[in-house]
Amino acid sequence: MKTVEEIKSAIEAAVPGATVEIALNPNPSLQPSLRIAPECALAVAKFLRDDEELRLDYLSNVTGVDWPDSLEAVYHLYSVEKKHGPLILRMHTVNRTDQVELPSLTPIWRSAEFQEREIFDLYGIVFTGHPDLRRLLMWEGFKDHPMRRDYVEPDDFEYEPTAHDEVLKRAQAHQTVAAGQPIPGQHEAEAGA
Amino acid sequence: MSVTQHDSAAIAGKPEGWNRPAVIAPETDGEGELMEVAMGPHHPSTHGVFRMDVALDGERVIRLRPVFGYLHRNHEKIAEGQSYLASMPYTDRLDYICPITNNWAYALAVEKLTGQEVPERAEYLRVILGELTRFQNHASSIGFLTQEMGAMGTPLMYAFREREKILDLFEELTGARMMVNYMRFGGCRVDASPGWLDRTRKVVAGLAGFVDEFDQLLSSNEILMARTQGVGVLRPELAVNAGVTGPMLRASGVNYDIRKVDGYGIYNRFNFRVPLGDHGDVYDRYMIRMLEMRESIGILQQALKEIQPGPVMSPTAKIRGLRPKPGEAYGRIEAPKGELGFYLISDGGPNPYRYRVRPPSLINLTVLEDMCLGVNVADVVLIFGSVDIVLGEVDR
Repeated sequence: MKTVEEIKSAIEAAVPGATVEIALNPNPSLQPSLRIAPECALAVAKFLRDDEELRLDYLSNVTGVDWPDSLEAVYHLYSVEKKHGPLILRMHTVNRTDQVELPSLTPIWRSAEFQEREIFDLYGIVFTGHPDLRRLLMWEGFKDHPMRRDYVEPDDFEYEPTAHDEVLKRAQAHQTVAAGQPIPGQHEAEAGA
Repeated sequence: MSVTQHDSAAIAGKPEGWNRPAVIAPETDGEGELMEVAMGPHHPSTHGVFRMDVALDGERVIRLRPVFGYLHRNHEKIAEGQSYLASMPYTDRLDYICPITNNWAYALAVEKLTGQEVPERAEYLRVILGELTRFQNHASSIGFLTQEMGAMGTPLMYAFREREKILDLFEELTGARMMVNYMRFGGCRVDASPGWLDRTRKVVAGLAGFVDEFDQLLSSNEILMARTQGVGVLRPELAVNAGVTGPMLRASGVNYDIRKVDGYGIYNRFNFRVPLGDHGDVYDRYMIRMLEMRESIGILQQALKEIQPGPVMSPTAKIRGLRPKPGEAYGRIEAPKGELGFYLISDGGPNPYRYRVRPPSLINLTVLEDMCLGVNVADVVLIFGSVDIVLGEVDR
């Protein structure tokens, strides 16, 4: 496969206005990556998938990472046809609080569908253009993003001797439903009791 | 089975949204209405706690929504809170049918991150245990599939009889039948005795007879053929685009086996073929597993013949108190269910900054709805069974 430098110049030649940086990896694994601007991500992804020489038709792995000042999505691309790879793409959100949108690459590679949903669920990155962006592992109505480093675990009232009012109220701070309503999902039984 | 090469040009020429499941409108004959059924989480065919919300028009499936998370314990968060070594026993619990390959993928990722070498004997032991794992996974997977077809017990018990012999070998070597915790960064935990290798040779010599028996029992069975041929067809271009890997991808005719592509470990020393399917239906997935069992026996025989005495741990290996240099690594192997990858980011500390498992079971389920649309609800059970998942890995 081409080196990341060559791929970077190929992308810049094919996608006008694309911002691509090389992120070095000072590590024996020798897996450098390309950091791309979210605005041009879809065009770059389409180019990487369809380019005659690269044909990165297989998106293996999508990872969310929580950095101190931003959230990141990392994509590992391989080619089934040319049997090469990986090429690693990274995208950063602006911050961790209110500007957490990234473009979804699910329209290009379907394998991102569940993985992006998982990242939305566990990290809170909102993937614009995703066809079905719902929580994947946590239940509907859950509020926080458990994989973030500043996540605080809810009170584990299953281990309380009795699920009394005070405990239930504290636990409800982690639910988006209005107070007084039964808590959906797996805690229905406890709330009703 | 002939080789069908995957044609990527087909992808480039597809219209937008070609890789989405089709929308099927119910037949409006004025009689009856759509029925929504929750198959699972407590359904015998779901291999654990998995739910499929199915919308049915009569018997025909017109929508299918998989619901995950019943076994979610945030494995990745747990691993980020402890040292690299402490996660090794946890990886056994991902795909608990194949703990050895989980160990292997994690060890491989850490070895890439730290640049450690693995001694030759350890590589051979990894291959031997990995192929035994693949064999028993495929055998039990076929057993479960036939069980779901109504063959109550017999094929599954035949498969479990062989699995038992393999698990006994695991127990003798590692101390545990399933939760083996066997591999270490830079080698394996304990060496195999000559007696263990002899017993393994004896077991492997019996496996070919089992596959022949299994093959004769099932492959031309009329009920099995009628239930599985032409059911749950997966097109190769969609399979690649949706990240499907393992026997399921190869059943669709795509030649992609990471043992061949990456040649990780010492796999490029062995002679083996990659079986490919023609139609991508449930029968092909069944047949690919059957043929891969035969190839595994071949690899096992070669490895057991060539294995030489030597150390099983690299003398420079650092295991306890491991602090890799800042950076990242992605290591992947061909696990029995597909590509199992571990992605690690180190910030130089004793714990991984980011620890990610790329679970083949979850990603192979991406196309479950596409395969199930329009079929009868009884076939959903078979299609789902032919994906071969373990919920410990899906929900992590």
